Amino acid sequence: MNIDSIHNGVVLDHIQAGKSMEIYKHLNLDKLDCSVAIIKNARSARMGKKDILKIDSPLELDLDVLGYIDPNITVNIIKDGKRVEKKKLELPKRLTNVIRCHNPRCITVSESQLDAIFLLSDPDKRVYRCAYCETASDKK
Amino acid sequence: MARNLIDIVDFTTEEIEQLIAVAEDIIENPVKYQDACAHKQLATLFFEPSTRTRLSFESAMLSLGGSVLGFSSASSSSTSKGETVGDTIHTVSCYADIIAMRHPKEGAPYAAAQHCDIPIINAGDGGHCHPTQTLTDLLTIHREKGCLSGFTIGFCGDLKFGRTVHSLVNALSRYENINFVFISPEELKLPRYVKEEALKKKGIPYTQTTSLEEALPQLDILYMTRVQKERFFNEEDYIRLKDSYILTPEKLVHAKADLSILHPLPRVNEISVAVDQDPRATYWKQVKNGKFIRMALILKLLGIEV
Repeated sequence: MNIDSIHNGVVLDHIQAGKSMEIYKHLNLDKLDCSVAIIKNARSARMGKKDILKIDSPLELDLDVLGYIDPNITVNIIKDGKRVEKKKLELPKRLTNVIRCHNPRCITVSESQLDAIFLLSDPDKRVYRCAYCETASDKK
Repeated sequence: MARNLIDIVDFTTEEIEQLIAVAEDIIENPVKYQDACAHKQLATLFFEPSTRTRLSFESAMLSLGGSVLGFSSASSSSTSKGETVGDTIHTVSCYADIIAMRHPKEGAPYAAAQHCDIPIINAGDGGHCHPTQTLTDLLTIHREKGCLSGFTIGFCGDLKFGRTVHSLVNALSRYENINFVFISPEELKLPRYVKEEALKKKGIPYTQTTSLEEALPQLDILYMTRVQKERFFNEEDYIRLKDSYILTPEKLVHAKADLSILHPLPRVNEISVAVDQDPRATYWKQVKNGKFIRMALILKLLGIEV
C-alpha cells in the first residue's frame, strides 16, 4: 500500500496497533483542513503490527496527550520533505484536561469548570490519580 | 504561595515531629502561647456538619489569642445559591488570615487552594482525607507510647471508607518497626491502593483478619472506627454492616494491660460506654490532643514562632 510522502508536517510512528483512531480523536485531527493518512496494522519488525498517522500540515502537538495514550510513539517532524526532528515520548507527570475523574464524590464532577488534573503515581503500571481526590484513572 | 495542609503527605516527617514537639510544649506551657495569634483571624468554613473538628479549631484559635469567623453548614453560605468553592474561598480569603474547611466533596480543599493566597487547612473532604485527625492521632500515640515506632497497631471497623484510617496508615508507614493489623468485614477491607502504595511498596508487613477477638491480645494500639452511614449509597448495606464490631469490657479481658484504645469519634455503638471507665480508653484524651495539635498547626502555617 502506498501513501504519498508528506512535505511539511508530522508523522506519528510506532503507534500501538489499534490506537490510531483514539489519537486522531484526542488531537482533534478531524478539524484540520489538510490531508491526514491513518495507516492501520502496518508491518513492523519491532512491533509486529503498528499504526501510523501522517499529517500533511505543520502543527503544535500536545505531547502530553500522546505520551499518555502511548508513550512508545515516535514523533517525526517533516520539513521540505525531510525529517528534521525525531521526538521520543515519555509518560507525562501531569495531565491537564486530558481525562476526567469518574469518582462521583470528586469536586471536579460537581464543579466541571475546574481543570481536571491527574498526576502520575505509578509509572510501571501507568497509574494516574486525580490531583483532587486521588482516584485512579480508568485507563491503564 | 501560602503553605497549606491538604493531605498529611504535604508535611515531611521532620515537620510532623516539630508539630508534635510544639503541641507538647503548648500542653506544658499554655500561658506562653495565649497571645501568639493576637489580631489574627481563622475562618472555619464547614460545608458539612461537625462537632469536634470545628469546635477544636475554634477553641485552638481562641486559646492562641486570635478570633474566629465562619459558617457551620452549606445552607448558611452562598453555596446554597450555587456559588463555587473557589469563589467562596476567594471571598473569605479577603477577610481572614487562615482557613480551615470541611466539604463533602473529595478534593474540594485542593480546588480551594488554587484560588487562595492564605493558608488552607483541610478539615475533612468527604471520604478522602482528614489530615488534622491524623496529626491528632500521631500526637496521641506519641504521648501514650513515647515514640512513633516499634508497636503493633490494629485498625478495626470500616477500613474501606474510613479516611482517618487511610491517612494514619500512610503517616505511620514512614516510621520503623510497626506491625499493622487490619480487622474488618470482607466488604469494608482496606482499599488495595492504600495497601499497595503505603505498605507493599515499602515492604511493610501487615495482616488482615475478620476477628477482633483473635487480633486483640497482640495489639499495643487499637484504632476503632465507626461504620459511617453517610458514606453508603445503599442503606441496606449500611444496616447489614453497622454492628460488625462492638468493643466491650469482656473482649478487653485478653488485651494487653498497656493497650491504648483510640477512636476518631463520633462513636455510635462500636465502643460500649462501659469501656470508657477502662484506663486503656484513650479516646477522650485524643479529643483534647486535637485542640493542641491544631494550635501548633495554626502557628506553623501562619509562620509564628513562640
